[in-house]
This record gives sequence, structure tokens and C-alpha cells, in this order.
Amino acid sequence: MPLLEVNNLETRFVTDDGIVEAVNGVSFSVDKGQTLGIVGESGSGKSVTCLTIMGLNPKKNTMSSGEALYNGQNLLTMSPRRLREIRGNDIAMIFQDPMTSLNPVHRIGDQLMEAVLLHQDVTKKQAKARALEMLKAVGIPRAERRIADYPHQFSGGMRQRVMIAMALVNNPDLLIADEPTTALDVTTQAQILSLMTTLQKEFGSAIMIITHDLGVVAEVADDVVVMYAAEVVERAPVDAVFKRPHMPYTWGLLGSLPRLDTDTERLVQIKGQPPSLLNPPAGCRFHPRCPYVMDICRVENPPLRPVSDDPDHLQACHLDEETKDREAQKLIAGTMAEAS
Amino acid sequence: MVRYLIRRLLWAVVMFIAITAITYVIFFMIPTDPGRKACGQLVTPSCVARARHYLGLDKPVYYQYGLFLKRLVVDHSLGQSFANHQQINTIVGRAAPITAALVFGGAIFWMMIAIPIGVLSALRPRTILDRSAMIFVLIGISAHPVWIGLIFSWFFGYKLGITPIAGYCEVFSPPPGAACGGVVQWFYHMILPWSTFAILFAALYVRMIRASVMETLNEDYVRTARAKGAPESQVMIKHVLRNAMLPVVTMLGMDIALGLGGAVFTESVFSMHGLGQTLVQSLTNDDLPTTQGIVVFATLAIIIFNLIVDLLYAVIDPRIRLA
Repeated sequence: MPLLEVNNLETRFVTDDGIVEAVNGVSFSVDKGQTLGIVGESGSGKSVTCLTIMGLNPKKNTMSSGEALYNGQNLLTMSPRRLREIRGNDIAMIFQDPMTSLNPVHRIGDQLMEAVLLHQDVTKKQAKARALEMLKAVGIPRAERRIADYPHQFSGGMRQRVMIAMALVNNPDLLIADEPTTALDVTTQAQILSLMTTLQKEFGSAIMIITHDLGVVAEVADDVVVMYAAEVVERAPVDAVFKRPHMPYTWGLLGSLPRLDTDTERLVQIKGQPPSLLNPPAGCRFHPRCPYVMDICRVENPPLRPVSDDPDHLQACHLDEETKDREAQKLIAGTMAEAS
Repeated sequence: MVRYLIRRLLWAVVMFIAITAITYVIFFMIPTDPGRKACGQLVTPSCVARARHYLGLDKPVYYQYGLFLKRLVVDHSLGQSFANHQQINTIVGRAAPITAALVFGGAIFWMMIAIPIGVLSALRPRTILDRSAMIFVLIGISAHPVWIGLIFSWFFGYKLGITPIAGYCEVFSPPPGAACGGVVQWFYHMILPWSTFAILFAALYVRMIRASVMETLNEDYVRTARAKGAPESQVMIKHVLRNAMLPVVTMLGMDIALGLGGAVFTESVFSMHGLGQTLVQSLTNDDLPTTQGIVVFATLAIIIFNLIVDLLYAVIDPRIRLA
């Protein structure tokens, strides 16, 4: 049984302008100790997917359906009390912006201890010792002194380390990281990522990492879910996505990465903007931006189905496999931009 | 910290001189003559001249102002009233506790109303509770304290007879011949003034607390607290309220200080001889020293309360360091 199994997850927000389909029929699973990368542009529903799993969407005007099974228990339908026991203890979360995710008026030590005391039956002293241990584990220098500091006395990278320490303080089975490196500069990004993978080995947690940066995915993920306009458009082991991507949107994402191994003059660019989720396009949601668009794409939304010779590789595209293989090879050779 | 205090105190002196000097100038621009008033019905030129000399009004304005400063700094005296020759220190000393009782009690009253209503309407926006609270806010802001006071006095005091209609009771040593005295009577007489004084502020604070809590609820660190598995009560108290109350504390300090300058309307309605009523009387009597005395007191109250708020702020908000 996978650690987390998400089946046909749907989240809708009722707004003054109408109903926003933020997550539409998303399914994936995470195994123990594995890393799943969820990739997509801003507004593709990655974050909302995670917040729905954690039950952190605003209760009002949110409608969720489907299931998110954690060890077989549905997180979406369980009692708030039981969900609170799981949150922060079995499933922990790191957020995108470390500058605003820590409470400015409490010492970081107290914020870490709060997480411990909520879930473990320990004294304050033991909780503090545990907090200190975690701060050291995430590489905060002079942790004994800094434990009494306030968040504003830390840099962005250090705050994200504190967030990671806080998330891992109860040894969760699953760590959900919502764009953990987006707000950080590149050198800090690399440090935070390697810290996460090191700690993953040490604590054996599974990680769900949300990002729009395929470089991050290539570095840490075992499996990849590509999301576009609230739907999963491709889902596969990381090698398959990078060696044989099947969906024109994934090609666009891959092609927009600068590379050192080919002398591509221009990067592939996905034209246009992601569609409004208030009123998503009919048929395949990517068709208005897809350079390979066919008539069928405008009317029928392709289902997520396995690639013929690889049952683990799911994709949602009407293109025939021959064309896909040819175009994917062009992309990998770095000649797609010239061709299109 | 010490440097900060010194700087603040220097500023306070500058502010103090500016405010009192302006009061002097304004007073002398009013085309009335306290000397004439002092002579009452026997207005003869010689009486007026003597009165002016006696009150020190025959000297230039800057000389009078200098004298006022000298008396204040050297003798710690605010001078004598033009109207009844009492020491201003005594007048202010008698009126200030009444106003203070009204303002501090009123502040407790309005916070007790505003915090629960403000928080609840922030948690349940657009519900019946929230809408009723907003109607209360509108009424509280629009209705004049004099009107509210009179209605309260008529309804609770006269119609229902459950509170006194007006008046004030000394807690300690009521003057001989006073109708009442003691803590219980004092409290009993303060209920209506407190309610009247509190309504406007309660309305303002409900709105402010509601906005502040709603804003704080959307902060990322509140989501972090929930993601940790904290129960909603803990999220509210430890994470939301602690932050949402920061701007409220600032306002509270300023409003209390402002109120100490005289809660004129409430005092008038309930005939309490606090600073506000004394101030109004002194103005109609052209009694500059009394006016000035109350201005001095109000200025000091504002300066001191702002300082307290600033110091308190550094304690409750760790991001602020006094330097």
C-alpha cells in the first residue's frame, strides 16, 4: 500500500466571479521513502492539491471531493481532531515563503517546541532539547544561541532551514514541500535541496516536492507529476520524463530550461498564458497553446493513459506515439526551438 | 535604550513648549478682556486697569508666557485662576481623577465590548452576527455622545430607575455635604458615564479589531501553525490575536491620552466636574490660567502615554528595537 494515495481529487473555490476549478481529477501516489515531484506553471493547481491534502484550504467557499488516503485513511473525510493529530506529526509541510511563514512575535525555539509539544508527551525541557537537536541537524550555526532568536534575525535561507527543522521535528512519514526553494537565491537553493535529501535518507521520510523548476525535480525526485490547468497531464518515473517526455506541455517545460550540453540558440517557449480556471477551454486544456494541436484536441479532453510499452508512464495527449517519439528526440537533441 | 529615552524626553520638551505657546497666542487673539470680566458689574476704567495689572495682563504676551514657564518650572505652579483666584494645581488636581476614572474605566468597558465582537465578526464575516456588529459600529460612530448620554440617562436613570441620572461620587473622603461616597456608590454612578463614553470607541475598535484579525488570519504563519496540527483555539490566541493586537495597543494608548484631555461631552451630560467641563467653563470665563493648566495636563498625559506605548510596543513586538 502506498503511503499516500490520491484518487480523483477535486477542489473548487466558490468566488464572486464563479466557481474556480483549482484541482480537477488529480490522482497520484507516494511510496514510503520516495520523492514525488509535482511540476507545473504558476496557477496549475499544485499548491492547492497539497493544501487540500493537508486540509488547509479555507473551509468556507471550498468544495473538495475524491480521496487522499494516508495509510488507507481518507484525509478528506476524517474528523478535524484526527486530522490535527496527523498534521505536523505524520505529514508535515514546508511553505514557499520562509520570510512570512514563521510567526514574527515568537522565538524560533518556541515555534519548534510548539510543534513537539502538540504531538509528543514530553516536558518543555525535552521539547527544547529536541528543537535544538533539529536546529543543529539542519545546519544552523551556533544553534544554542540562535534558538532564542526571533525570525527577523534570520536570513531567508536560514529561515527555510528553521521551517524544515520544524517540519521534521516529529519525524513525519511524509514531508510536503511547496516550492521550498522558490524564494531563495540559487546557491541557497542548492543547499536547501541537498539538506532535504540528506535528511530524507536519515529520517526515511517520503517527500512530495512542488516546484515549477524542472532542475529541482531532476535533482531530487523519483517520480514526476506534471500538472497543467488543474489536471495531471503526465505522470512517470523521473528518467522517463526527461528521456521520453510524451506531452507537448512537458516538452515546453523541458525546452525552456537553459542547457550547457548543446549550443541551442533559443529556448523553446510556451506561447500564451495558462487558461483561467474559472472558465477552462473545452477539449484538451492545453490546446490553445499547443503547437501540435489537432481537431480532436478542441473537443475531447484526452484521458490520462499509459504509454504502450511502459505501464508506469501515464500521459494525456491525442498525438500518435510516433510523432511524440520523434519530437521528444528533437527536444533532447536540443534542436526543437530551431524546428518550430 | 537610555539614548532613546533622552531623545524622546527632549522631543517632549519641544512639543510641550510649542503647544503651550500656541495656546497663549490663540487666547490673546480672542477679542475679550479678562480684566473687564474680573470687575463684574462695576466696570469702570480704573477697575479694569487695576484688574489687568493684578492679573498681569498689562505686560506683553511673551513676558506673560515667560512668567508662566518660570512659575511652572521653578515653583511647579500653574498659577491662579482669573475667575475665582484658586490655585490651578488644586483645580486640576480635583478634576483630573474624575476624568481619569471616566477614561480608564471607559477604556476597560470598550475593550471588553470590542475584543469579543471584533474577533467573532472577523471569524464569521458576512454572518448575521457580523452584520449586526457592523450596524452597531455605524450607530456608535454616528450617534453623538451627548445624545447617547441623554438617552441613557433618561431611559436607565429616569424610566427604569436602575441607575443614577447624573452626578459623581468621590471614592475617598467625599466633601462634607456630598450626597454620596464610597466605592460602591462611585461605581454605581459611573456605569452610565462609562457606557456613554465607551460606545464611540467600542464602535471604532470593533471595526479595527475585525480588520486586524481578518488580515492576520490570512498570514502565512497562521497556515504554518495549522499545518503543525495546532487546535484552532491555540492558533487564534497564540498566533492570530497576539499579532492582531499590535496596532490596537498603539491606538489604545493614544485614545486614552486623548480622553484624559477631557471627555467634555460625557462629563457635561452627567454633570461630572472633570477636566472637560472645567475646560469649557474656563473658556467661557476667559480664564486663561485654568485653560492653560488643563492644556498642560493633557499635553503631559499624551506625551507620557505615547512614551509608554512605545516602550510597551518594544516589549510585545520583538521586531521593534528602541535605538
